[in-house]
Amino acid sequence: MSAPGRPKGEYRSAKHEGPPVLRARDARRRFLAGTLGAVATSLLGGCQRLSQSEWFPKVLGAGEAASSAVAHAVTSRRSMAQEFGDADRSPTFRSNGTAEPDSDAYRMLMANAFADYRLVVDGLVEQPASLTLAQLRALPSRTQITRHDCVEGWSAIAKWKGARLAALLEMVRPKPEARFVVFHCADPMAEDGTDLYYESIDFEDAFHPQTILAYEMNDAVLPVANGAPIRLRVERQLGYKHAKYVMRVELVQSFERIAGGKGGYWEDQGYQWFAGI
Amino acid sequence: MPHASTEGSPPRDYLYYRHALPVRLMHWTNVVALTVLLMSGLQIFNAHPNLYWAGKSSYTGAEPVLAIGARQSDEQGAIGTTRILGHEFNTTGVLGLSRSADGQLSARGFPWWMTIPDNPWLSMARAWHFFFAWVLLINGMVYVAYGAASRHLSRDLAPDRNDWRSIGRSIRDHLRFRHPTGEAAKRYNVLQKLAYLVVIFLLLPLIILMGIAMSPWMNSVLPGWVDLFGGRQAARTLHFVAAWLLVAFVAIHVFEVIVSGLWNHLRSMITGRYRIHGERAP
Repeated sequence: MSAPGRPKGEYRSAKHEGPPVLRARDARRRFLAGTLGAVATSLLGGCQRLSQSEWFPKVLGAGEAASSAVAHAVTSRRSMAQEFGDADRSPTFRSNGTAEPDSDAYRMLMANAFADYRLVVDGLVEQPASLTLAQLRALPSRTQITRHDCVEGWSAIAKWKGARLAALLEMVRPKPEARFVVFHCADPMAEDGTDLYYESIDFEDAFHPQTILAYEMNDAVLPVANGAPIRLRVERQLGYKHAKYVMRVELVQSFERIAGGKGGYWEDQGYQWFAGI
Repeated sequence: MPHASTEGSPPRDYLYYRHALPVRLMHWTNVVALTVLLMSGLQIFNAHPNLYWAGKSSYTGAEPVLAIGARQSDEQGAIGTTRILGHEFNTTGVLGLSRSADGQLSARGFPWWMTIPDNPWLSMARAWHFFFAWVLLINGMVYVAYGAASRHLSRDLAPDRNDWRSIGRSIRDHLRFRHPTGEAAKRYNVLQKLAYLVVIFLLLPLIILMGIAMSPWMNSVLPGWVDLFGGRQAARTLHFVAAWLLVAFVAIHVFEVIVSGLWNHLRSMITGRYRIHGERAP
């Protein structure tokens, strides 16, 4: 038998009919919980508004500047990223971001195994160059088994072989005013085929011994999913710095006038230019 | 009145200056920094809500020790799941699948009300996290320097011989929610001292070190140092565990504050003054 016709709401409120002391305690509890909830919600809302403001992210940027300054102060161009053994390699090396560039130009290169590929090196250099894969392979190379750390949090280990970027730069001879190396890639990030991926590093990284333009992964030709025919390895930085499908290397004094002006596709979306942390 | 002669003068309450201004300032700085670090950290975790232990990378063939996700279930539709050491739990509504601030069901590790920013936004979470990591680190270094110079550490936090002897009684007192009154309330009890020391000299340095261990650039300071902790992914796991140990510390800390006099403690951490209730002579 159900309780005689009493509206549900009324029945529930009947639970609070008790000695006045208990009722007061109950009210106080609800008041406290309500206050706590309201304070928490307004704090969260405040943080959200700060994130969306113009000025606050700039204040937060001081953290990146401090991290970069300290990281550079305690290391040198000779500080090497950890290298691993064959057994540490991940069974499959995860392909993140673009798995196959959606562009006709890239598909044409792919169709004849990148025989027509040329890496253009220009900008602030004494001797601009255009290199075939064979010419890149003829440059001094380095082979290394390193850990790839994604900004998302995962890591994977693979063996890379590629031309030392320092050797390439010595060949084209940077002009004195050159400060950054920009990597222009083949993969469009927008669905309409625009917004080509790009990245940039400074000379500290460009001349680091482990910074290479990789053409081999795990003793095989670099697969398309991992950036064929050429991808950058800049081992002391997070994954998004390791530009895949590199088509052109441009030396610049400032990257302010390239795309969004922040020095990389993800940097233009708000990610830190210094990706060493 | 047969007892009147043994009572003596009536007990008097008085305010005791308990917390110096620098300690109070640094305490509240920690409250802000640790809250932001936890919540932005959970947003960063959400970008890859898995934790690993064995091996030097995430992809070794071994299963993650913790995996939060969402999937379709035949009976229940979309569910949020949490796998810990191979055991799966349905955590719909909180972990894996939860409602966003706008009421939409979404697949995400920790729910919106636990993260900064509240929507999936990794780059912004990183900006918050790495700014307040510096706040916490600098605050902590200033605290230790101040604590050593002012003898706050040796006078107030280092357990003395009496403390070690009273450890059993202190445990029993805590379990019965009995707290020192009168003169004894001016000093930290031994469990309190040990808890603070563990947090200041073990948990906080460990969590900062494990944060640095995740930096590929800082790995190059001394190649291989991260392997002392099992590698970068193990460091990420330890960072996460240490964060929740700090949450547990804060929960116990706030609980003890509430049961031993919320307003008295709050006042003493704001104005420095703590009310000592007078004791009758036994």
